Amino acid sequence: MALDFDSARLPNPNLTEAHEAWRTQLRRFIDTEIAPFADDWDEAGAMPDALWPRAAAVGLLGLGYPEAYGGTSEGIDSWYHWITAEELARFAVGGVNASLMVHGIGLPPVINWGSEAMKQVVAPPVLAGEKHISLAITEPGGGSDVAALSTTAVRDGDHYVVNGSKTYITGGMRADWVSTAVRTGGEGARGVSMLLIPTDAEGFSRTPLDRKMGWWASDTATLYFDNVRVPVENLIGREHQGFLVIMTNFNSERMGMAAAMEALGRVCLEEAVTWAQERRTFGKRLADHQVIRHKIAQMKQKLNATQAYLRACYEAIEAGQGNPGDIALLKVQASETMEFCAREAMQVLGGVGYLRGNRVERIYREVRVNAIGGGSEEIMRDLAARQYGL
Amino acid sequence: MKVLVAVKRVVDYNVKVRAKADGSDVDLNNVKMSINPFCEIAVEEAVRLKEAGVATEVIAVSIGDKACQEQIRTALALGADRGIQVETEGAVEPLVVAKLLKGVVEKEEPQLVILGKQSIDGDNNQTGQMLGALAGMPQGTFASVVKVDGDRVQVTREVDGGLQTVSLTLPAIVTTDLRLNEPRYASLPNIMKAKKKQLDVYTPADLGVEVTKHLTLVKVEPPAERQAGIKVESVDELVDKLKNEAKVI
Ligand SMILES: Cc1cc2nc3c(=O)[nH]c(=O)nc-3n(C[C@H](O)[C@H](O)[C@H](O)COP(=O)(O)OP(=O)(O)OC[C@H]3O[C@@H](n4cnc5c(N)ncnc54)[C@H](O)[C@@H]3O)c2cc1C
Ligand SMILES: Cc1cc2nc3c(=O)[nH]c(=O)nc-3n(C[C@H](O)[C@H](O)[C@H](O)COP(=O)(O)OP(=O)(O)OC[C@H]3O[C@@H](n4cnc5c(N)ncnc54)[C@H](O)[C@@H]3O)c2cc1C
Repeated sequence: MALDFDSARLPNPNLTEAHEAWRTQLRRFIDTEIAPFADDWDEAGAMPDALWPRAAAVGLLGLGYPEAYGGTSEGIDSWYHWITAEELARFAVGGVNASLMVHGIGLPPVINWGSEAMKQVVAPPVLAGEKHISLAITEPGGGSDVAALSTTAVRDGDHYVVNGSKTYITGGMRADWVSTAVRTGGEGARGVSMLLIPTDAEGFSRTPLDRKMGWWASDTATLYFDNVRVPVENLIGREHQGFLVIMTNFNSERMGMAAAMEALGRVCLEEAVTWAQERRTFGKRLADHQVIRHKIAQMKQKLNATQAYLRACYEAIEAGQGNPGDIALLKVQASETMEFCAREAMQVLGGVGYLRGNRVERIYREVRVNAIGGGSEEIMRDLAARQYGL
Repeated sequence: MKVLVAVKRVVDYNVKVRAKADGSDVDLNNVKMSINPFCEIAVEEAVRLKEAGVATEVIAVSIGDKACQEQIRTALALGADRGIQVETEGAVEPLVVAKLLKGVVEKEEPQLVILGKQSIDGDNNQTGQMLGALAGMPQGTFASVVKVDGDRVQVTREVDGGLQTVSLTLPAIVTTDLRLNEPRYASLPNIMKAKKKQLDVYTPADLGVEVTKHLTLVKVEPPAERQAGIKVESVDELVDKLKNEAKVI
């Protein structure tokens, strides 16, 4: 058995020929339309608008969304989502995925909790790749303590008047709409609502967050709301129920991130193995030094564990028994695995790994955004401990 | 006009194949499998004929164990209308494949059969030609252009000296070369729709064919490892080495 990206994946009896077909076609699409350019886009800190409609045509953007809005949901199960996360990780330019797929966190609130009229307006152009939607929870004052957010939306007739700002918002420079967490009531989680804010509204402005450690291709932004008037119909879900919307959203985001992180770790394994089999020091292949063999075995060991854990969580979700505590710890398991694999692969590569433009170097820079974004490791452990009734 | 397309399940072209330790075959354990790239071009050509209103039905056929249904489904997702699997076990030789395809041709009576010129696993480049001989049909191999015109098909062939165009009476056989077209991606909605398309399974006996063996695989071994390169100081040294060490000039 080899240790390339595909061979290092444990068998999964849930996968059918249709799943494999999706993997094959998606990989072809990515290998032709994205992978050859992704590093240049990352260096340039921008990606072409034309990519979105192409991703829509192959069915990538519509994955899991209702047919009525241009998506594909019939017969779509968790395994399609896992495969998609893996394939999007394989070329290892996280910023491209983050921005291309940001509707994956921005749109579900609208689809799951929004009014029919709102869905009709927003979902079709987003799934066709013509318009964009982001999710704005985090504020300059803090991201972990969501219940303490301070952007306010004060009712005035049939409008809310929004004031405050959001930061680290992925896709924020491109977004036409932002699913935004705002304070409509008193302190704490019970005063939070979700509001769909169009970015052409008066009083809205934004600035790019330049020069990040990783995710260069992604347009991360700070958003400012200065007396922005938003119609009451733009409420996503009921007033003061925003926290519930946010928490449900987090589970699928964390599953997606965990799947991607495991795959990124597997890319590191693949690169380390290829190099270790080629490179010779002290008269033999790196792969023949026991120290290096152990590094590779340990990477595989952690990847195996993460894959098995991923599968257990996806199976639970398929059975309607997804557990937020297990999912939170899965995210930690995955970020620790990714971190370990990135470190060890970098060591095995030696000096060449340090040069820009290779997958391991990019993944190394993208460990932290994965370990912090979507719920940091500390917050995930805390959440799990609470879920387990400690 | 009915078009029959043959598709084969092979190791994905991106996989770095490895020989099994005992040299008995290529190691296929946990290796990604795909539709043979030349077969994919064949499917694309057939689907384009249908989109152009020339073909009325495209049937994808594969010969192999149950796993090859995956490749038939891919052909269905790319636009073929229905599929046929002829269920066999283990490796089947080109001659047997050609006989089985002839059986399917007799059942379906297509006007055009499109196959890949070869599959990237065995690289035999035989099946289309054998099928032509067995079925008594004219063949246009290594096609880079296919034009159906009434009861004839014009096939531009990539031959050593350049391009050769032949005109064949239908029903005919075409085998595809790399430059015939660029296959599309099957979209997710089409993959889901393909699950519902008809896929019939036949046994070789249904087609009156006995699976026989004429070839024995003796040994599979990796190519010799490349020696590390060296840097030379001057052109003279390079010429000297090419002459006296490598003895290639
Ligand atoms: C590139 C990028 C893209 C992002 N995209 C988005 C986006 O699209 N939308 C969005 O809303 N947000 C986004 N984020 C924000 C992200 O979700 C937050 O960074 C994250 O939630 C952490 O919040 P913070 O940065 O404010 O850190 P803080 O909340 O200030 O936390 C700082 C550190 O303290 C720790 N900490 C905090 N509280 C506790 C505690 N109680 N116990 C122990 N440790 C604690 C945290 O774990 C963390 O390590 C993005 C972030 C990045 C970097
Ligand atoms: C930014 C940068 C600046 C540099 N500047 C200089 C400079 O100014 N001058 C200079 O001379 N060099 C310089 N270097 C080179 C640096 O010293 C080498 O990268 C380093 O010595 C490792 O060598 P290598 O990259 O060839 O890795 P390799 O020697 O190929 O080693 C690759 C990996 O295998 C491991 N390994 C090798 N042999 C064994 C063994 N027997 N057992 C177990 N593990 C083993 C190594 O620890 C390493 O993890 C620089 C490198 C970088 C990245």
